[in-house]
Amino acid sequence: MTAAEQEQDPQVHKHTISVLLENKFGALNRVAGMFSAKGYNLESITVGPTEDESVSRMTIVTTGDDAIIEQIIKQLNKLIDTLKVVDLTYESFMERELALIKVSTSADTRSEIMQIAEIFRAKIVDISHKTMTVEATGSGQKVDAIIKMLKPFHIKELARTGRVALKREFVGDV
Amino acid sequence: MTHSSSHQRLMTGAEIFVRSLVEEKVDVVFGYPGGAVIGIYDALHDISDIKHILTRHEQGAVHAAEGYSKASGRPGVALVTSGPGATNTVTGIADAYMDSIPIVVFTGQVALKLIGNDAFQEADIVGITRPITKHNYLVRDVNELAATIKEAFYVATTGRPGPVLVDLPKDVMASKAVFSYPKSVKLRSYQPHTEGHQKQLSKAAELIAKAKRPVLYVGGGTILSGASEELTAFARATGIPVTTTLHGLGAFPESDELSLGMLGMHGTWYSNTAVHYSDLLIAVGARFDDRVTGRTDAFAPEAKKIHIDIDPSNISKNVKVDVPIVGDVKTVLKQLTPMVKPLDTKDWVRTIRAWKEEHPLRYRNGKEVRMQHVIQTLSGLTKGNAVMVSDVGQHQMWMAQFFNYMLPRTHLTSGGLGTMGFSLPAAMGAAFARRDIPVISVSGDGGFQMNIQELATIREHSVPVKIIILNNGYLGMVRQWQQLFWRKRYSHVEMFGPDFVKVAEAYGIPGFRATQTAEVEETLRRLLDTEGPALAEFRVMKEDNVYPMIPAGQTYNEIMDVPEATEEEQGERLELVTIAKG
Ligand SMILES: Cc1ncc(C[n+]2csc(CCOP(=O)(O)OP(=O)(O)O)c2C)c(N)n1
Ligand SMILES: [Mg+2]
Repeated sequence: MTAAEQEQDPQVHKHTISVLLENKFGALNRVAGMFSAKGYNLESITVGPTEDESVSRMTIVTTGDDAIIEQIIKQLNKLIDTLKVVDLTYESFMERELALIKVSTSADTRSEIMQIAEIFRAKIVDISHKTMTVEATGSGQKVDAIIKMLKPFHIKELARTGRVALKREFVGDV
Repeated sequence: MTHSSSHQRLMTGAEIFVRSLVEEKVDVVFGYPGGAVIGIYDALHDISDIKHILTRHEQGAVHAAEGYSKASGRPGVALVTSGPGATNTVTGIADAYMDSIPIVVFTGQVALKLIGNDAFQEADIVGITRPITKHNYLVRDVNELAATIKEAFYVATTGRPGPVLVDLPKDVMASKAVFSYPKSVKLRSYQPHTEGHQKQLSKAAELIAKAKRPVLYVGGGTILSGASEELTAFARATGIPVTTTLHGLGAFPESDELSLGMLGMHGTWYSNTAVHYSDLLIAVGARFDDRVTGRTDAFAPEAKKIHIDIDPSNISKNVKVDVPIVGDVKTVLKQLTPMVKPLDTKDWVRTIRAWKEEHPLRYRNGKEVRMQHVIQTLSGLTKGNAVMVSDVGQHQMWMAQFFNYMLPRTHLTSGGLGTMGFSLPAAMGAAFARRDIPVISVSGDGGFQMNIQELATIREHSVPVKIIILNNGYLGMVRQWQQLFWRKRYSHVEMFGPDFVKVAEAYGIPGFRATQTAEVEETLRRLLDTEGPALAEFRVMKEDNVYPMIPAGQTYNEIMDVPEATEEEQGERLELVTIAKG
């Protein structure tokens, strides 16, 4: 299936999977390598330490139908260094992504950009005569939205972290 | 980890390595030295508990380790140098991965500080083998060496077994530490569970009780788990017929009335028919491989499916199953057997018996030697009491069909990867593990030439391997496909071969040859009666095809059985030989 076909397939959904792994050399390679070897879609992958130094948390955003997601979870569990795999998709979870968006500016457009940033509760973190850099944090959707709003001003450079996520303990909005 | 046998004396990594292998009760290592492992070889020099066998190629060393493991159930061990030594192991490692064979491969590596510098004989073997090992390690500190080796053997041999690679940098092996070998391993991230879930077992027992046309579909996992006895008891207690995969051969005695022989692309007509019409299929340590199922949606269409497998990722991977049971085959069968009652399968077994009579395995025998005849004769001479090691091609399929397997670990083959060149080194490795029964290597003329160099190793150690070459002058299996599916355009499949008897003699191995059917039995007898290694070449019919055949990706309805005799064949008055399992 091509990516375009996958998007149209109603069986295919986006999943956020959280993986706890032994913090060992090459762990990221094992996971990323498994995804490419098996031909699974990997939308984003982030990795970093946890409250326990010997453990890393990886947050993976992927798409697939139920059978593929089931295999992905089994294959992740099969890796010797994997401690725990949770598909957060069926849980209540918090997700955040950070983006740095460098936009072309002129005297005319500067204030408009600042307004957009304010609406999204984003920060201006760098400014020059010709550019402004916006730091946006939030759900993937929110980051998508601010990027869309800034596009008409011409985005010169863009960096996104990919998603990090944790299961919610309190069920409801905070 | 708890530690034992602590010695306060400092030892080099190389010494620790050797001592660790002794602790693991490794009795033979297949290997090849080089610059990066010269220190390890120096330490090996003093050890009498471990026999080191110098193969003539690193691929041979890994296949030998596989053969040793497959024949014995113990892990096989290979040791090679860095760079080209390490990359030469890749095919063997991939082979072991596909067939779940527990082996541990130790590779030399350049010194830690040189890694990443394109140093002489550097290769990122940990990176290269990541997707084809169960797990792999780069040892960065001599203080972690012993524990890593312990863990490597543990991971290779538990759960779904597989190859593990340990990369050993030269400087780590030269630095010193106190040797202390852990007594046990406990990994918080890896705890394979072996027992079947009670609820799943009950569901399975319910399905079994209701079945009218059940079939046990038995794979290599049954042999790996050492569960042949449990399986045989289960089949006999319930009266359920048994078909095996290529790797399942030997898990159930093929002389038993319940035996259907092999299923799949080149399986018996009656096993595929029984599976097609079954109402319950119990997969035991088998993974619904495409060579077994053909087009998956048409595989056993009427059957409820139970699947026993140690690897959760095998469940519902290719075919959706009704009752998965994750666990070790032996443990699960022990749990399940007391939960089931004898079934009334008399009618079903009678139907199958009629199918066996209608469509037995068969071939037309004549003056020209048929591979089928060689193998059938060998089956009769050995009565199934031999370790048969096949290569890949037509002869491999006929070995699966025309030999009657009676015991587990007596049929060794490269099933998953299909590696030509497997047989000769694997048989050599098997012969180091099993001296109680004959080990027979059978190759085609093509595959034999892929690891022919191991004749020297076999001769050097007088390894009593009986070597058979079934020479049709073709890459026969590819030729068969070209004939059947590519309008008989034989593109690069006919090939020149050397005088194999002279080759054997050049290595100091007695060689025999048969060119006519009348000579087959006598030649086999001479081969089997020769002490030590011996080789026999059979010049066989050039263009013969393996049947039955379900073409790749097709369904049971497309099964092709042995075609009617051509006019020419009728004129020759060939004798129709038939054999049915069970
Ligand atoms: C290393 C490797 N290369 C290529 C193939 C593809 N292949 C499968 S069977 C076969 C022919 C084998 O010929 P031979 O060894 O003479 O056995 P035969 O089929 O004639 O019995 C080939 C080339 C393979 N399986 N392995
Ligand atoms: Mg051939």
